[in-house]
Amino acid sequence: MIKHLLSMDQLSREDITKILDTAESLQQVTSRPIKKLPTLRGRTVCNLFYEASTRTRISFELAAKRLSADVINFSADSKSSVSKGESFKDTAWTLEAMGVDAIIVRHGSSGAPLQLSKWVEASVINAGDGAHEHPTQALLDLFSIREHLKDFEGLKVGIVGDVLHSRVARSNVKGLVTMGAEVTLVGPPTLIPPQAAGWGASISYDFDDVIGDLDICYLLRVQQERQSEQLFPSLREYAANWGLDSKRVARMKHDALVMHPGPMNRGVEIAADVSELPRSIILGQVANGLAVRMSLLYLMLGGPDADSEMDV
Amino acid sequence: MSVLLKGGRVIDPRSGRDEVADVLIDGNSVAEIGSVTTEAAEILDVSGSVVAPGLVDMHTHLREPGREDEETIASASAAAAAGGFTAVCAMPNTDPVADNAAIVEKVWALGREAGLVEVVPAGALSRGQRGEKMADIGEMARSVARVRLFTDDGRGVQDSLFVRRVMEYLLAFDGIYAEHCEDAALAAGGQMHEGDASSALGLRGVPSEAEELMAARDIALARLTGCKLHLLHISTRGTVELVRRAKAEGLAVTAEATPHHFALTDDELRSYNPNAKVNPPLRAEEDRLAVIEGLADGTIDAIATDHAPHAIEEKDQEFEFAPPGLVGLETALALGITHLVEPGTLTLPELIGCMSSRPAELLGLDRHGSLSAGGAANIVVFDDAEEWVVDPAAFHSLSRNTPFTGASVRGRVRHTFFEGRQTVRDGAVTSEVSA
Repeated sequence: MIKHLLSMDQLSREDITKILDTAESLQQVTSRPIKKLPTLRGRTVCNLFYEASTRTRISFELAAKRLSADVINFSADSKSSVSKGESFKDTAWTLEAMGVDAIIVRHGSSGAPLQLSKWVEASVINAGDGAHEHPTQALLDLFSIREHLKDFEGLKVGIVGDVLHSRVARSNVKGLVTMGAEVTLVGPPTLIPPQAAGWGASISYDFDDVIGDLDICYLLRVQQERQSEQLFPSLREYAANWGLDSKRVARMKHDALVMHPGPMNRGVEIAADVSELPRSIILGQVANGLAVRMSLLYLMLGGPDADSEMDV
Repeated sequence: MSVLLKGGRVIDPRSGRDEVADVLIDGNSVAEIGSVTTEAAEILDVSGSVVAPGLVDMHTHLREPGREDEETIASASAAAAAGGFTAVCAMPNTDPVADNAAIVEKVWALGREAGLVEVVPAGALSRGQRGEKMADIGEMARSVARVRLFTDDGRGVQDSLFVRRVMEYLLAFDGIYAEHCEDAALAAGGQMHEGDASSALGLRGVPSEAEELMAARDIALARLTGCKLHLLHISTRGTVELVRRAKAEGLAVTAEATPHHFALTDDELRSYNPNAKVNPPLRAEEDRLAVIEGLADGTIDAIATDHAPHAIEEKDQEFEFAPPGLVGLETALALGITHLVEPGTLTLPELIGCMSSRPAELLGLDRHGSLSAGGAANIVVFDDAEEWVVDPAAFHSLSRNTPFTGASVRGRVRHTFFEGRQTVRDGAVTSEVSA
């Protein structure tokens, strides 16, 4: 298994399948009365979060604890850490000196996890960096899709919204394309980078044109500030053109799914009633995050014995 | 004291000389070029090496005053001499900004004190480089520093009316308006060139158009005012084409390009290497090739380093927070030989033209840029075949921020003479400089 997980580029179809298979087994563990495995006993995992995050941090913390690792949480504002005088590198070295085995890093700056991986001996897992990548989100999304649709080959996935600023979109495109799915990026031209054509996805500015073909409609969060940056005229106009409301849902295939990485802006990219439809698997995504992150920690830190121990 | 450079390949782009000959240096000038026999001189065997006019850098950040931890005029002078330079043009974005006679005279005087190269101060166009009020242009031009090149380098001047006024005013002092072409709104927040790499890396890009729009505006205003315009570190295919057309039209427009823009592309950023972060950013391959073509056909007049020292702790942080810029004085000649002469794009005399004769001419430095009997003894001697590996630890610059660490390059400076005095001997700077 890889030493660091920085980008979905690192993972082959076989790697991803192994991570998802392992997650499936571990999910059974979490339904036992005693939800803990001893695999990472004596290992230390640090959550190094330079950006506010609830679900990802908690999910990683719980995943590490379920595997009996010791967990440290370190949160800082990426700007304030600079102003208060401790550099990112010094923080990295401090953690290294304390003998941390893995660092889960969330950072507002693209590339920060890669830089960190060059400074420390510990394994580095990217928990989201700037507008670059969020590989564990992509893995849990793949897991959620597989739960419902079994086969990725030829699956039609629309990723809708603010692709430009989205690390979730970048990681998901890579993961989905690796698994054989066909991805279309949908949104206003101001939010779709023109170079995205080179990612192996197709591009559409017309949601209504593609919605009927999709097996998965994956909605991205649209932040209020994009309106003040003049990337579109108003949230109202955004919702009218690229929001998923019940009228558009009615045109979806009967077994097509709705996904969202959260947190949702109800009434903007997704109508409130749509998020609660049976075809919406948004909460399932959150639940699956735990199993996928356990699987990653297990495979990356568990050592050569991890596989055999699984069978016990 | 006389020195005889024996048996080197003597290249002087200005006279067209390119032949094996001896060069006799006497005092601060060249006494004789040809087959020289004398007993009154120290003889340096330079056979197999090139003897050429000392290099002239139109674009150097010396960081003094203000950031003496990153570079001083003395340390930059040592780096320049080691790189084969005999003159460097000091950019005015110091702290305080060189927008008045007192600062440019101080920079000029510190250059004389270091005594390794001629330090030619550039002056700011605007007070504090804020692009609002004119700097003391006339006072700087008339000072002992005799400022000729004016620029707000580091940022482009956004207000077109201000540009027009400054261009008109510069006519009185035969000044050159030099622009760092960058439309601030289009480039806002940009970390690297906008293209496939930026979109994959999730870094905000600076489109080529941010440079081209301002270049086009400045060319139009140079046409309107008749002012000499020099475009700093041009980096895109579109800008090269704009300069080509302006020259064809007969406008007094000149341009420079940096070694990193002809040697590297934005692929260098795929490892988020802060030492490859520079402004203007490393561009796409088609831009790199256009810069090379521009150098080959004379559209781009000069190769300039944009030597920009930065402290290790400033570069060694998140990519987004690292300041742009890289050091270039000690690698420029080798990069020119490796990327332009070796592939056959430029001849060695053409390269020296771009790195010495032409920039000396643009800056009005009549003691630099040519090698002839009776002329000033500002000379570089280099081995154009020697291969070496770039090791920043060996730099004379106080800073180490280069993306070329570990690169194998060809062409190494052996000796440099500044006003007849040997500043570099067998690759070592002769007078050690204290930081």
